[in-house]
Amino acid sequence: MMQYAVKRLLLAIPTLLAMLTAVFILVRLVPGDPAAVMLGDQASAEALNAMRQQLGLDQPTHVQYLNFLGDMLSGNFGISMSSGQAVLHEVMLVLPWTIQLTFASILIGVVFGLPLGVWAALRRNSWPDYLGRLLSLTGLSFPAFVSGILMLLVFAIQLRWFPVIGSAIDGDWTTQLRSLALPAFNLGLIMTAYVMRVTRSSMLSVMGEDYVRTAKAKGVRPMRLVLRHGLRNALIPIVTVVGLYFGTLIGNSVLTEIVFNRPGLGKLILGALNTRDYTLLQGLMVVFASCVIVVNLLTDLVYGLVDPRVKFK
Amino acid sequence: MSAIPASVAATPNAMWQALSKNRLSWVGIGLLAFIVLAAVFAPWVSPHDPLQQNIAYRLEPPSAEFWLGTDSYGRDVLSRLIHGTRVSLMVGFVAVMIAMLIGSALGILAGYVGGIVDRLIMGLVDVLLSFPTLLLGLMVAAMLGASLENLIIAIAITEIAPFVRVARAPTIALKQRDFVDAGRALGYGPMRLMGVHILPNMVSDVVVLASLWMASAIRTEASLSFIGLGVPPPAPTWGSMIREGFENILDAWWLTVFPSFAILLTVFALNLLGDALRDAIDPKTRSERS
Repeated sequence: MMQYAVKRLLLAIPTLLAMLTAVFILVRLVPGDPAAVMLGDQASAEALNAMRQQLGLDQPTHVQYLNFLGDMLSGNFGISMSSGQAVLHEVMLVLPWTIQLTFASILIGVVFGLPLGVWAALRRNSWPDYLGRLLSLTGLSFPAFVSGILMLLVFAIQLRWFPVIGSAIDGDWTTQLRSLALPAFNLGLIMTAYVMRVTRSSMLSVMGEDYVRTAKAKGVRPMRLVLRHGLRNALIPIVTVVGLYFGTLIGNSVLTEIVFNRPGLGKLILGALNTRDYTLLQGLMVVFASCVIVVNLLTDLVYGLVDPRVKFK
Repeated sequence: MSAIPASVAATPNAMWQALSKNRLSWVGIGLLAFIVLAAVFAPWVSPHDPLQQNIAYRLEPPSAEFWLGTDSYGRDVLSRLIHGTRVSLMVGFVAVMIAMLIGSALGILAGYVGGIVDRLIMGLVDVLLSFPTLLLGLMVAAMLGASLENLIIAIAITEIAPFVRVARAPTIALKQRDFVDAGRALGYGPMRLMGVHILPNMVSDVVVLASLWMASAIRTEASLSFIGLGVPPPAPTWGSMIREGFENILDAWWLTVFPSFAILLTVFALNLLGDALRDAIDPKTRSERS
């Protein structure tokens, strides 16, 4: 296991380096002079020169590249052009909001999605299965901002059950929970649709295995058969697929935060776009992509932990 | 020589039979036909000019004159919705076509040549997959500037990776097969082997993937337009209609609700069709069905 973990860890290093290279190239694709783009048309020649110097654009490309790699790898993600704060500081400031939201949605997704998926698999090709599949396909067809807006219209504006603005920075925990509810359910229901779909197909293939048939023939009680022999083995692919979903979850939470006007990484990105804060955008890109790489790594490690066969690959 | 062994790929005929038996796939096909017709005949079926502003009719609720109401410039929502179909379908279709061509070519190349080429291409795929789709699209669109072409490029880049994967795996298996060996023995070059003997065996997998990823492309286009990185105004797109309507969400629900349903319906129809197609070519689920 240790050997597998180390090997997998080493494999992530080239991906990380290549990702940083991709971001470096992407930022240099900006048409025209980045300094001019940041300062606008009215900037004086001195200001432009000063900006170029500050961005290190006066140096040869390979020096810029090495400086960039060095900075990023040592955790120095740059200074935000608009606020003058370190990018990492800006991220840390809003990160708790985003983490709160994503964890709540994962929880909702697992709590509803797993049982529904198991149920649909056991009732295969009956009307609950068809209905469930149709509903989960509908859930997967929603762009997160569309479902968010519809929920906002129905539950916050028409029914007034929840506040329109999804952030209560002050207030006791019930106010906080009430303002978290809509955004969390918006992300959570999409997550539910996804988990349900994956669980269903994973359960279907596991329940068709010989060992499940053997257990059934042995007279194992149905509940135990489904949970211990079925679900436990079905969980392995579910974990992997849900891990791969992480990138989509980030995108969806960005949209959700914008719709519900909730502080978090989504609003930070929107702000960076509106103020043309390219250093902040570049830093956010690196932070997000690193998160995805780490989650993929963890998913693989969990996989190795659960399934002893993986080590021998 | 025919290079399609029946054991590897589903024949178009068998695929069609499985597809036509699935009632849900007909719902998807019907919805899509409706949407495509709306896009093609947009100028003739729209009751008003989608760009015509009329201050006298600002924020009118749905009525006999304006079926889906008007926006804050007095423009007809229904007409804008119908014209928006063109942008969504075009961006989705072209972006997926580009991703499909580049992705499957890279995948076949990686699988066929192997070695360092394979490692380089798969490294590229790992990098692409490490960026969250929406953020990569957002970054590329922001860097290149908002326009129709750049939007298509941004979305195409985010969707290359799955096509590389789906083309690479069967190539590795196929290049060992007798019919490829036979072609090699006859002196066919690698281009001919890859293009004529390997590619046709994965067309069905690639097409299924394309229909599912076109749904995703349309979702991404709408999301980027909603953020403000889509086709620049005043061109009507569903995402930007929702963006504009969002400012008036408290007193003009029709501005956000109708474009929302348009996006949902289109993505749902494509997902439905993609799912049915996948079931149709997958012999495992097909035999389970019957």
